[in-house]
Amino acid sequence: MSIFEYNGSALVAMVGKNCFAIASDRRLGVQLQTVATDFRRIYRIHDKVYIGLSGLATDAQTLYQRLVFRHKLYQLREERDMKPETFASLVSAILYEKRFGPYFCQPVIAGLGGDDQPFICTMDCLGAKELAKDFVVSGSASESLYGACESMYKPDMEPEELFENISQALLASVDRDCLSGWGGHVFLVTPTEVQERTLKGRMD
Amino acid sequence: MSDSQYSFSLTTFSPSGKLVQIEHALMAVGSGQTSLGIKAANGVVIATEKKLPSILVDEASIQKIQLMTPNIGVVYSGMGPDSRVLVRKSRKQAQQYYRLYKETIPVTQLVRETATVMQEFTQSGGVRPFGVSLLIAGFDDSGPQLYQVDPSGSYFSWKASAMGKNVSNAKTFLEKRYTEDMELDDAVHTALLTLKEGFEGQISSKNIEIGLIGTNRKFRVLSPAEIADYLAEVE
Repeated sequence: MSIFEYNGSALVAMVGKNCFAIASDRRLGVQLQTVATDFRRIYRIHDKVYIGLSGLATDAQTLYQRLVFRHKLYQLREERDMKPETFASLVSAILYEKRFGPYFCQPVIAGLGGDDQPFICTMDCLGAKELAKDFVVSGSASESLYGACESMYKPDMEPEELFENISQALLASVDRDCLSGWGGHVFLVTPTEVQERTLKGRMD
Repeated sequence: MSDSQYSFSLTTFSPSGKLVQIEHALMAVGSGQTSLGIKAANGVVIATEKKLPSILVDEASIQKIQLMTPNIGVVYSGMGPDSRVLVRKSRKQAQQYYRLYKETIPVTQLVRETATVMQEFTQSGGVRPFGVSLLIAGFDDSGPQLYQVDPSGSYFSWKASAMGKNVSNAKTFLEKRYTEDMELDDAVHTALLTLKEGFEGQISSKNIEIGLIGTNRKFRVLSPAEIADYLAEVE
């Protein structure tokens, strides 16, 4: 089994009209055994930038701590929040530092950039950025997620419709992956507010 | 054995609480050629005298005003070679910032890094402080900015400032002439008048240098022809 599938994960981010949504599953496993059903994979960097980390959970936690550290220093020095594009470049640089002994994570970064334009991107464990205008996926369920998002996605969705779509895509995909599931976490971010919702799916 | 004589910092405190080497460095700045900067509402201009030691020197080959990034320029008063070292280090730091964040470095951050370098040379063994004060002019998302960095490593943001030989006269002149809503062209004229005030000899487009940056965020050094045009407007 690949090291990326050791803990199991599913992450997806989608762009809507002046908003974005980022969703993850809630299972934490040790290969076939489920160890937790409330595991958080999506972290808030600041009100307008969120990062989801799939892959090996220990690396995801350490990477998150390092990123929060860097961002807090940035906030103190520059007296402003990091733009999502800047944050993505930072994550990419930090991952590449470990080129020959990488963090086994695949981040999904979603945020509202200049003029509150939604920005999403994903990268591999070595920091190769992949920008997208519609959706990005990551995790052990990524192949199912690609299929579900490709068929369900529409451009310029309003927040409520975006939430419905991303939830359906996530729940449908994790049902096809034995290593992810046990519900979902969805963050729906607009320029004025952030909604966090928990999904109940097949609890297996 | 004689190595130990060089392993202390030259900037050790005097009993009165001063760092004598920094005071001497400021003297070196104070005897350097005058330079000044003015922040306008829509840009920044920096200018300096360019007095050459002999008429045989090829003045086109000498450039005192230099770029740190495409949108940040710098002029100095004091020891030219010291300023070259600082410009080189600052350029590298600006590029490192870009490599990490893929974003051009904000002016305040670059000024802080440059000032940190200058401060390090006041607290290390076997080195001396830099014998220059820098005027850093830039335009970024926070608008036009003008900073002065001293040999001690302290930096200040100025609306208008001068350094070098004629500093007190120039500052008095600037205090009278400066207005908050000055446009960039007015600022260039004011800069020229200020330079003229303390100029020994005849001011011309060959013995001064002017650099400016406007809302297009591209710092550029004016050619002698452009300087001559501005001088004609000021006469």
